Amino acid sequence: MVETNNLNESAREEKKTTISLSPTISSMATRGDESTADPSAAEVIFDVEKLDAFYGDFKALSNVSLQVYKSQVTAFIGPSGCGKSTFLRCFNRMNDLIEGARVEGTIKYRGADLYDEEVDPVEVRRRIGMVFQKPNPFPKSIFENVAYGPRLSGLKKSKLAETVEKSLRRSALWDEVKDRLSASAYGLSGGQQQRLCIARAIAVQPDVVLMDEPCSALDPIATARIEELITELKSEYTIVIVTHNMQQAARMSDQTAFFSVALDSHGSRTGELVEFDKTETIFTNPNDSRTEAYITGRVG
Amino acid sequence: MRLASSPADIAIQTAKTRQSLQRRPQADLPGTLFKWLLISFTGFAIAFLGVLVVVMVNDGWSVLSGRLSGFLSNGFSQRSAQDAGVWQGIVGSVQIGIATALFAIPVGIATAIYLVEYATGGWFARAVELNVRNLAGVPSIVYGLLGLTVFVKTLDGFTQGKTVIAGGLTLAAMVLPIIVITSVEALKAVPQGIREAAYGVGATKWEVLSRQILPAAVSTILTGTVLSLARALGEAAPLILVGAATGFISFGDSNFLETFTGPFTALPVLIFNFARQPGEDWSANAAAASVVILILVLMINGAALYFRNRFEKKW
Amino acid sequence: MNMTTISAEELQTASGRRLRSSLARWMFLLASAVTILISGLIIWTIASEAWTFASQVAADQLQTIGWFPRRGMFDIGTLILNSAQIAIVSMIVAVPSGLGAAIYLSEYAHPRVRRIMKPTLELLASVPSVVLGVFAISFITPVVLSKFFDEINFFNKLAAGIGVGLLVIPLIASISEDALRAVPRDLREASAGLGARKATTAIRVVIPAALSGLMAAIIVGFSRAIGETMVVTIASGGGDTSLFETSIKESGGTVTSAMAALGLGTDQVAGNDLAFQSLYFLGALLFIITLVMNMLGNLIVRRMQERY
Ligand SMILES: Nc1ncnc2c1ncn2[C@@H]1O[C@H](COP(=O)(O)OP(=O)(O)OP(=O)(O)O)[C@@H](O)[C@H]1O
Ligand SMILES: [Mg+2]
Repeated sequence: MVETNNLNESAREEKKTTISLSPTISSMATRGDESTADPSAAEVIFDVEKLDAFYGDFKALSNVSLQVYKSQVTAFIGPSGCGKSTFLRCFNRMNDLIEGARVEGTIKYRGADLYDEEVDPVEVRRRIGMVFQKPNPFPKSIFENVAYGPRLSGLKKSKLAETVEKSLRRSALWDEVKDRLSASAYGLSGGQQQRLCIARAIAVQPDVVLMDEPCSALDPIATARIEELITELKSEYTIVIVTHNMQQAARMSDQTAFFSVALDSHGSRTGELVEFDKTETIFTNPNDSRTEAYITGRVG
Repeated sequence: MRLASSPADIAIQTAKTRQSLQRRPQADLPGTLFKWLLISFTGFAIAFLGVLVVVMVNDGWSVLSGRLSGFLSNGFSQRSAQDAGVWQGIVGSVQIGIATALFAIPVGIATAIYLVEYATGGWFARAVELNVRNLAGVPSIVYGLLGLTVFVKTLDGFTQGKTVIAGGLTLAAMVLPIIVITSVEALKAVPQGIREAAYGVGATKWEVLSRQILPAAVSTILTGTVLSLARALGEAAPLILVGAATGFISFGDSNFLETFTGPFTALPVLIFNFARQPGEDWSANAAAASVVILILVLMINGAALYFRNRFEKKW
Repeated sequence: MNMTTISAEELQTASGRRLRSSLARWMFLLASAVTILISGLIIWTIASEAWTFASQVAADQLQTIGWFPRRGMFDIGTLILNSAQIAIVSMIVAVPSGLGAAIYLSEYAHPRVRRIMKPTLELLASVPSVVLGVFAISFITPVVLSKFFDEINFFNKLAAGIGVGLLVIPLIASISEDALRAVPRDLREASAGLGARKATTAIRVVIPAALSGLMAAIIVGFSRAIGETMVVTIASGGGDTSLFETSIKESGGTVTSAMAALGLGTDQVAGNDLAFQSLYFLGALLFIITLVMNMLGNLIVRRMQERY
């Protein structure tokens, strides 16, 4: 546990410095992949290479390579069923929980192969947190929801209240719930529940936060609050977000990956990465005609 | 604070990350213990079933190996354990099973159909549903009281008193709620789309039911029904109250149909009787008869499993 | 199609088809009324005779020590004590095993293992209770219990309780498993996403979320244990009388086994006039106790279903 905390702390400090001192040249980011956006921008957190993802015999995702950079928001967009969620869930090995799910190819997290035999997926998930499409608070009190993760990593009781408060403040929920921390989380509105889930995810001080369409179940006002929150959080966390909302990707993200469904060589449907670049480039000057069609079709 | 810029630094950082993510052998010791605790609890239940079978076969071995045909074909004899057999019990159980099925299955399935297809959500349906749930929890011996008073005494014009019919009605009342509950679940599992498609082409409710919904639900209904009959087969308590004979029954020269209105017994009642008698020979009989009933139960469960797999539909 | 007008008649379903449909409707309605009729008959049957007993029995007949119905000694307390003791023993056997199996099946077992385990538990559920009674007197007492206790009655409440417990395991397992599986997958994923291991997720999230359902399983299991007759009749309380005895190593009849014993002699009820009616009084008692418990259990299950 001691080790873990050290790593987290040092990672955090590094992040702050990286922002002020640029450009950092990471040799990993300079791999000559065409789709790589601005290799000199920042340190690479995830380096995905030739990833295939399967559910049993079904290949959901084929040959994906991209990089996720530190302290940036990376957005995944694309039509439904193209494998965005599947891909996202590879980053913290969430797909391990699904019977028959497996991957081929590599995902490196800070240089270490995530799917190495030696790697404990539980340790991975402590560092790489996740926020889901539908708010999914535990049927416990607001306090207990946020305290759940820190308790798992053995945080002292005396520090718990402080951590909970910090996380709730960080997710802009504190003022709304500070008087009813022991009330059930189910009494909160959908938007509040989702911010609670974000608070719960950041309470363990993860390195990366993965978000799978975190606003799709929310009304526009709640969505705006979450977007604002995500923009704020990016100074501290690396964020990967799946979204259906093109404007949202354009507004919030630094890098955008566009996925699509294609027929593979055997004629079956599989997801593939069409284009990965700086968000600005994707939305103003996409390389691939399919990207352009998708963007213009939706944004108008 | 240094930045991860040179290859050497990167290598160090990578090593650090890798180490921190490493699986530690002790990390999930409590979890492993928990899992094995659960497995042992589950194993306990399964092992018990195995031990039960072994003990019964072992205790009944002298009978099963020595005089199996006589044991299966003889009537119950109070005089000598060596002559006692289970024939009358088997006949009685089969007859009661037939009577139970005849009374309970049509009413049970019809009730379920009414609840799901006709009265969904109304106060009457809710009252019936609540009532059925409560009936399902009523101890079997209480059904025996119902049988004794209503089926044996009040309705003796129909049942002729303590007969297979009275026993069958009693057990039918007992399994009825189970049949209703499983059939309701089966009908509810039929996708709404099937109903709408059929109504869409102008079918009446009855036509939709008999041609679409029932065929779609039949496997689950059969499975539940068959399992509930297995339960009826094993019941002794209500039959004792209804007056299943505990002594020798003479069928005389009555034919099979006439025996429905004569004195009766059933396999579990016989086992109870064997178990009550003192002495090794009688306990061997009890064990051997237990083996017989276990085989019957196994066959019924096998049939249920067959129905489930044979007709299983994937929606 | 070149038809431009249709008459109202053409829009009506052929009368034969309609008749059949409404006939069916009435049949189904009639059938579901049968279940109500059964409830009514049970209550009427029990209540009338039980009332005869309650109104005619003298208070001192109820306060004797021991249950000797044919001598007019109706100490129901003795039977209730035995019922409670046996039910509690049975819960000690059935709750860990039933819950454990349920948690294993819902959280751990591979689908293939589940496919084998479920029918096995169903098989276990259909083992006749007389067979368990025989098992209790031919194995549980002489082979197992006699190893632990020097002096134990051949007929004893402990063995009966264990036998009943074994019988109740599948019931508790199946209700609990339903409760555990009703917990949304979302919650398990949320917990895993925070770096919880499987056991942690099960213990801190899934079980608390399903707690009310698990409670319901235990309540319904307890109710079944109270109502179980033949195991007790064979293994603990065969006779129609019962001494007051607090030790579970001794024999003793329960509410149910006393009923079975009275039922065996319904032709030749001799002695006290009220012996026959006491059968119904016990039935009423049993009916009320189990009804209350089952309603409670069902209520809890329904609440839980509404929540998710
Ligand atoms: N658990 C699973 N088992 C089998 N196939 C799955 C599973 N989950 C997803 N799939 C399949 O994998 C493909 C990609 O699914 P995925 O959920 O990753 O798409 P998505 O891009 O996130 O879509 P959406 O925008 O609708 O969320 C789909 O064809 C889907 O049917
Ligand atoms: Mg998705």
